[in-house]
Parts: sequence; C-alpha cells; structure tokens
Amino acid sequence: MTRLLAFNAIVVALAVTTLGAIFGPIAVRKGRRDWLMYLYAAVYTNFALVTLSTLALIYGLVSHDFSISYVAQVGSRATPTFYTIISLWGALEGSIVFWAWVLAMYAAAVVWFNRKREGNLVPYAAVTLLVVALFFHILLVGPANPFLPVFPVPFDGPGPNPLLQNHILMGVHPPLLYLGYVGLTVPFAFAVGAMLSGEVADDGWIKVTRRWTITAWGFLTAAIIAGMWWSYEVLGWGGYWAWDPVENASFIPWLTCTAYLHSVMVQERRGMLKLWNLNLMVGTFVLTILGTFLTRSGIISSVHAFTQGTIGYYFLAFIGIVLVATLFLVAGNSDKLASDGRLDAPLSRETAFLLNNLFFTVFMFTVLIGTLFPLVAEAVRGVKVSVGEPFFNKMTLPMMVALIFLMGVGPALPWKKAAGPELKGKLLPGAILGVLFAAAALVAGARGAYSVLAFLFAGFALGVNVREFVVGANARVRAHGESWLVALSRLVSGNRRRYGGYTAHIGVVLVTLGVAASSTFKQEQEATLKPGESITVAGHTLRFKAAWGREEQQRQVIGATMEWMDGERVRATIEPRMNYYPTQDAPVPTPEVKSTLRGDIYLNLMAFKQDGSNVTVKVIWEPLVPWIWMGGLVLCLGALIGVLPGRKRTADAPVVVRAPALAEAQP
Amino acid sequence: MNWKRASIAAATAAPVIGLLAWGLTRDPNSIPSPLPGREAPTFALQVFAPGQGDLARPAGDTVRLADLRGKVVVLNFWASWCLACRDEHSALSDVALSYAGKPVQFLGVLYNDVPDKGTAWIAEMGGQSYPSVDDPGARVAIDYGLYGVPETFFLDASGRVAYKHTGPVTQGVVRFKVDSLLAAAPQGTRQAAPAAPAAETGANSKTGKGQ
Amino acid sequence: MTQARMRSRALIGLATALKLASGVAVGAASVLMLTSGELRAQAPDLPAAPQGAPQDSGALRVKVQGTLTDAQKNDPVLDAATSAVAATLRCPVCQGVAIQDSPSELAQQMRMVVKEQLAAGKTADEVKAYFVSKYGEWILLEPQAHGFNIVIYALPVLLVLGGAVFLVFIVRKWTAVTPTTAGPAAVGDDD
Repeated sequence: MTRLLAFNAIVVALAVTTLGAIFGPIAVRKGRRDWLMYLYAAVYTNFALVTLSTLALIYGLVSHDFSISYVAQVGSRATPTFYTIISLWGALEGSIVFWAWVLAMYAAAVVWFNRKREGNLVPYAAVTLLVVALFFHILLVGPANPFLPVFPVPFDGPGPNPLLQNHILMGVHPPLLYLGYVGLTVPFAFAVGAMLSGEVADDGWIKVTRRWTITAWGFLTAAIIAGMWWSYEVLGWGGYWAWDPVENASFIPWLTCTAYLHSVMVQERRGMLKLWNLNLMVGTFVLTILGTFLTRSGIISSVHAFTQGTIGYYFLAFIGIVLVATLFLVAGNSDKLASDGRLDAPLSRETAFLLNNLFFTVFMFTVLIGTLFPLVAEAVRGVKVSVGEPFFNKMTLPMMVALIFLMGVGPALPWKKAAGPELKGKLLPGAILGVLFAAAALVAGARGAYSVLAFLFAGFALGVNVREFVVGANARVRAHGESWLVALSRLVSGNRRRYGGYTAHIGVVLVTLGVAASSTFKQEQEATLKPGESITVAGHTLRFKAAWGREEQQRQVIGATMEWMDGERVRATIEPRMNYYPTQDAPVPTPEVKSTLRGDIYLNLMAFKQDGSNVTVKVIWEPLVPWIWMGGLVLCLGALIGVLPGRKRTADAPVVVRAPALAEAQP
Repeated sequence: MNWKRASIAAATAAPVIGLLAWGLTRDPNSIPSPLPGREAPTFALQVFAPGQGDLARPAGDTVRLADLRGKVVVLNFWASWCLACRDEHSALSDVALSYAGKPVQFLGVLYNDVPDKGTAWIAEMGGQSYPSVDDPGARVAIDYGLYGVPETFFLDASGRVAYKHTGPVTQGVVRFKVDSLLAAAPQGTRQAAPAAPAAETGANSKTGKGQ
Repeated sequence: MTQARMRSRALIGLATALKLASGVAVGAASVLMLTSGELRAQAPDLPAAPQGAPQDSGALRVKVQGTLTDAQKNDPVLDAATSAVAATLRCPVCQGVAIQDSPSELAQQMRMVVKEQLAAGKTADEVKAYFVSKYGEWILLEPQAHGFNIVIYALPVLLVLGGAVFLVFIVRKWTAVTPTTAGPAAVGDDD
C-alpha cells in the first residue's frame, strides 16, 4: 500500500512536470499570462506529490515495510530509529528521491516568491526547473526505482552501511549537501530564463537571483565543512580531506560559485564581466551535474561511490543535453553581453576581483583535471594512474595562498582608484597581525614556505577584515552616539552584503589557521599498552585504563578506556572503539576525539588482545582543528547575514553615493 | 541570437561527452598487473597444511619456487576470513587432484592470517587436496602485487608469470589455463634446462630432468 | 561504576558474543565489498567472536621485523624517511588513501617493506620503483612527471601564467580608455 502510494505519486509527478514543461513555453509564446497559473500550479503540484512520496518512503523505512525494495536494501529492525530515518539518503535510490524532493521544494519556493514579477524570466525559470525535475523523476521510475516490489517479503534486512551508522553527522552532511548542490539549480534556472526571455543583458534578473545563490552557496559551504568533520571523526586516520573524487565533485562547483559571488560585484558596479559571470553561474550548475555523474556512474573509483549500473548512461545523456543546450544559449547570447571595459587605475578593487577570478578559475581547473586525469590517461596511454593527495596539495597550495592574500587586499582596496596614504592605513593592522602570526608559526617550528605564508596571509586578512568592522562601528558611535554593540549591529544591518562578506572572510581565516596548524604541527604515535601504561604525544599523556565490551541495539562494541592525564589528575576519559556489525566480517574502527580550543586529542583503537591484557592505540595530537569547524560556522553566519533583508535606512544620512570621495564609508 | 557562434560552442561539448561515454565502459577498480610476462618473484615458504594423498607435502617443509621450475604452478592466495575464497575452494581442490602425476603444482598461500585459523578453515571446508604455505608479513603477497584475496597466479614451466586471475576461479578457468601452459611446457622445459643453472641460484639438477 | 562491575559486564558481553558466534551464518551479504575490502584485512575473524589481531599480528610483526636491527626499529630519521615514501604510495585495498595513513593490515605491511628497504640502503626512488614493478603506476599517488603525464603538471601552470599575461593586457587596455565621470553605480543593499 505504502509502496504503491509512493510509486504512483512519482509517476503522477512525472506526468505533471512533463505537462508543465511543455505548456509553459506555449503560454509564454502566446502571451497568455493568465495561462501561467497552470504552469505554476504544475510546480506546486509536483512539490506536493514528491513530498507525499518521500514521506511514504520514510514511513516505509520506519515501519520496516520490507515489501519495498529500498527498505529491504537498507532497513533493519535492529537499527535505531534515527539512523533508520536518515537511511533515506544512505543508498542510491533513496538519495535520488531526496534530490527530487529538495528540487521540488526549491522550485515551488522560487515560483511562490516571484510569481508576481512581470516579464518572462520567472516562467522560463520555472520551466527549466521542471525539466531538471523531470530528469530525476525519470530516474526514479527507471534505473533508480526505490519502490520495486519484493516478494516474498523478508522478515528483516541488512541495515545501512555500518560506516553510515557510526556518527550523527550522517544526519547533517547529506541534507546540507543537497540543499546546497540542488539549490544551485535555481541560479541556473534564472540564467536560462533570462537568456530565453531576452532579459539577460539587463541586470535585473541577477538581483532576483542573488539571495538564492547565496543561500545555496551557504548550504554547500556548510555541507563541505560538515563532511570534513564527519570523515575526520569517523575514518580514523586523523585527516579531514583526502581529495577523493567525490569530495572534489562538491568542491569544484563551490569554487566557481564563490568566484561568481565576488565577480558579480564588478558587474553590478561597473557593468563589466557580464559574459564571464554568466559563464560562471551556468558553469557551476553544469559542474554539479558532472560531479553527481562522477559519483553515481561508477566511472571513477571512490570511497563514496554508489553502485554502478545503467544509471550512468542516463546521467551521461542528461549532461550531454545540459552541456550542449547551455553552450548553445550562452554563445548565442554572447553578443548581447558585450560590455565596455573601463578601469580607472590598475590598483583598485576591480583589479583585485579580476585576479580573484583568475586564481579561482585555475584552482577549479586544477582540481577538475586532476580528478578526471585517470580517465584521460587510460584513454590515451591505456595505463591506470592515480592522482591523489600529493598532486593536489602541490598544485593547489599556491592558488590557495594567493586567494587568502587577496582576501586581505581586496576589502582594503577601494573601487576605481586607490590612494596611497588611505590604503596604507587600511592595510597596516593586517600587516602587523600577519607578521605576528608568521612569527608565532616560525617560533613554533614551522619551516615550510607555504605554511609560513598561510599564517602570514591569514593574519593579514584577519586584520583587514576585522578593521572594517571596528572602524565602521567606531564611526557610528561618533556620529550617532550609540553604544558600541548597537553601532556594530546597525552597521551590519545597514549593509548586509558587505559585512556578510567580511564575516565570511573571517570564517575562511579561521579555517585556514586550523588547516595550516594541523598540517604543520600534527604529531602522532602508536603504542601497545598494558593497563596502567601511558603514551605521551606532543606533551600530552594518555593512560590506558581498561578494555571492555558491550552490546548495543545493532552492533557489538569493544572499546578501550583511555585517560588524558594532567599530571596525576585525570583530565578527561576518551574511549576509542571497534564496532562489530553482523553483516561485516571485520569491525569498523571508531575513533574518539576530545576537542579543546588549542587542538584535538585523537585516539584510534588499532588492535586488542582478547583477554584485555593489552591494546594498541594510535594517538594523534591535532592542533587547532576545532578552528576549522568554528570557521565553518562563521562562514555560514556570513552567508546568513548576506541573505537576510537589510534595515531600511530612512532615519540615517542618505547612503547613495555620488562623489567618489566618500569611497571610505560606502560600499 | 548568434546562431553560428551558438552552434560552434555546442559542438565543443562532443569530446567531453565522448570521453565520459568511453569512461562508462571501463571498470575503475580492475587494475592490470605488471607481472604477466615477467619472471615470477621467488619465494621460500613453509608448509602448514600438508594437503592430501599424492599431492601432500609434510608440514614444516620449505617450498622454494626454484624447486618448482619445469612445472606449471598454480599459486592461489587465500585467507580464512575471505568470503569469496569459499566459492573457489572446492573447484581448486578437485582440479588439483585431476592433474596428479602431471608436471603441475598447486600451492595455496595464506595471506594476512594465522596458520591455525587456516587449518581450521580447511577442515571446515572438507579438506584441501594440495598443500598450503604461510606468508608471514605478506612479503610474498606484496612481491606479487596482491591487493586482495582471492588472487590466483599461473606460472609457466620456465618460471614466468603467465596469467593473473583476480577473484574466485572456476574449474573451467583453471583447466583452460593449465592445459594451455602444459601444451607449451615441453618445449619450454627443453630450452630451460641449459639456461636454468645460470638463471637460478642454488638450483638443483632435478628440475632439468623428467618433468 | 566499579572496576569489578565493568569487568563482569565485559565478560558477559564477550560470552554473549561467543554464543552468537556459533549461530551466525557465513552467507551474510557481501554487499559492502568495496568498503570492507580494506577493513577485512584488519581483524580476520567473524565479528561475533571479538578476537582482535594483536595476539597474532604481534607475533607476526616480531618475525618480520627480524631484518631490522633494534636501533633501526626506533630510529626517528628512518621513520621520517619511511613516512615520506609511504605518503606517496597508494593503499591497494583502500580508496585513495596513502599507506602512511591507512589503518589496514596490508598498508602496515607495505610500510614495513618500505622501512626495510630504506634501512638496507635503497633510495626513495628505488623503493617506489619496486612497488611500481609489482602494482603498476597506479600505486603511486602522484603520476610520474614524464610523457603524457606532464599534461596535468603543465596545464595549471600554463593557465595561471597565460591568465596573468592576459590580465595585464586587459587591465592596460581598459585603463587606456578615458574614464567616465560617473562613479560606481549606486548599489542598494536589498537589490
């Protein structure tokens, strides 16, 4: 019953999206605005139907309805309810349902908030969203059908992949990823809508899209950080990024999207780079589809890869259509997007943004060709090669460091033309802070050039961006007599884009410091200990207390109690474990991490003796790693600030600038 | 709308799509081994599971690859914790028996496991007709470029690796390979005999005769 | 909780586990071959009988480390050299991780091979060449920079240099144009 309901809801949704996608352009061509309501009704109906189907699938999972093929694949009576619900996105078919739902939700929201807008932008955008939704519905009734009947109905199932039940972040990372990844369909839809409706030369459509782009970007950023955190806590090697193809697949569109968010500012203020920005926006979506193709087609081996099968061919067809259509549309509209390039001086914010574009593009391109090279090399040479961490670290570090430098210089440079003394004043606090950070790193033992540069530029960027807040708030205190905190909050709400951006920069600085410190100063050691024996790493002493075993609902656990000593006092208890699942013939090592502001003590249980007489543990001291997660939080805060509606500045002095002389206090 | 530019741009998608389409026909997880065609890495390992009947070797005996020169060797890496090894066990054991008396040596190599567990596994599976040796520290496994079990190597009579099979073997595969190597063997042996003493260290004259 | 109680809890847990061991059917789904490939190498036992590796692998490790002297076993310089080489070799049973970082048994053994070869006087390149002769180029985490592989090293460099040159050209061209009198377009926050 549940199965039929869920499946038929998708079938009807398929029909509805097809009708809407066909009807929409007809309504527009005939100029019948009163017919548009049917198009929008299709979008809303699609959302209702996919929601129904998704809820039905969740119900099937929770009620252990093993007559549904997806439930039989990932369900188990022993799995705790939380993990049962989130197994919705644990395997291929369910994840496509989730994708379809997020897309349907975004489409409905886009239409709802923009339904009153004049012109053909929104209708064509809605049609584009319906066409993409149509593809995913086709997958759901075709190769990725989670609602196939299972007969005879089994009593129980194998449960989700144990690696996906080991940590609660499994409930966080995929939804964030989908909200970001799928959310990037919206700016793409607007871009296509603008090109089809002829509005693309005017910047109005970009204003409409802006909040959606920042929202999707914010979710994607959060998802990447959450993914790093999750793999750090779960996989046991103490790292958070392995340049795995699927990690790269989420990172590549993030790079182009970030480049776009910066570059579009040049378009808004100087009317330049229109074609480039359109390419960035459209390219971001194409890269998301390419990324999901790499993940799901089995074309590249990866720790994340879902099963292979025919779905790869469907995605290939979709990529083909999207790529051809996009190239066709953008190139065809390129004449309308020509803009007169005009710069007042080489040393200006505009130039900084041009450099920004260059570095982000090369960064993205490097990661992309590194990810695809095994495929290309096999095609050309017939030999299988690996492209892994050493390559990516070596080739992308220069770009990363250059971008952090720009993060400090950019906000300090004014538009049009920089004046010497003014610029020096803006850069000085950053320069001092940067030198301090670099000196601290050198004193702590850092010797690598990139490591020291990372600290130097991180400090520099921090100084410049924080200074903007301080100076701005101080100016308000002087002008309006407000308390400093009120001044700060009104400063931010008065120009959310700008200060949201600076907040995001500060977030990036924190992430940089965490990455640089943990890469440069990490220390690890492995030891076999008897009860009472200790191991010391980087000045931190861990004492082995006892080994133990216990039963949990869905698994058996063997663990070791380790005590983090502070002299004779036990500072904390840390228990790395091995989880034994019935379906696996080897245990899943489950590390445990104790976080402090200065760094993490990371413990992994490598081996143990049956009688508990000794254990082998690996201890890793990871300096400043929590700063990465904190930085991620600040990044998302920045996105949030940038998205929220600003304060209407009626009682204040007018903000529209006519004279360039006021470039200091104004955007 | 610039139709000409649009069409040219759209056409540039073709090589990308072509590459991805071709990629779908490849399996990224199958890594070809560089060993076939080259001389097989040498080893000297101790028997822990003697095998049965005519094929048996006493436990504790050392099997050297050099001693096997002149015979076709089927080298099967396995482990008691390996699920897929169970699929091929009876096939290998039966086929080995059928080649008794011929210049073929079946040898199991235990990988990342403990001999006691290996013996228990053999007993559970109903016995193994050919002997198995232990490879402590996976030194020989690494020498053969192993990246999982089961993997089976077919060595020709002159001591070269002829073929590597990844995953469980079937009777058909084993017979086919062994028969083709046996057919090539007689010439190989005659040629190998004069060359053998120079190529091997500590080779004994046994290998040149009557194999 | 007292020590005694914890211990008896642990014993009860182990006993229950052993009871389950005899009932667990071996034909469990090998659905997760991809991820479990690496994990299998660690504790070569059925899960319900939680016997760990150390009792056994400890003995194995002693046997194998026989080729290293005591001094070499604890030599930090040798360790650092081993780590450096191990960071460039791919773990064959994991997905894209270096043998330096992988907890799997095979990765540990490969590291031991690296350590022994370095201790015996081989250079890092010779050790890498050994592994390439056994596993193919795939075992290197970074493609060797000759032949067609040069493409991935050269392309980014060419791009950034070419892009920089292009930017210089563009900035020159655009600053040569007489600037308009209008300032940057006014941009409201909520636009």
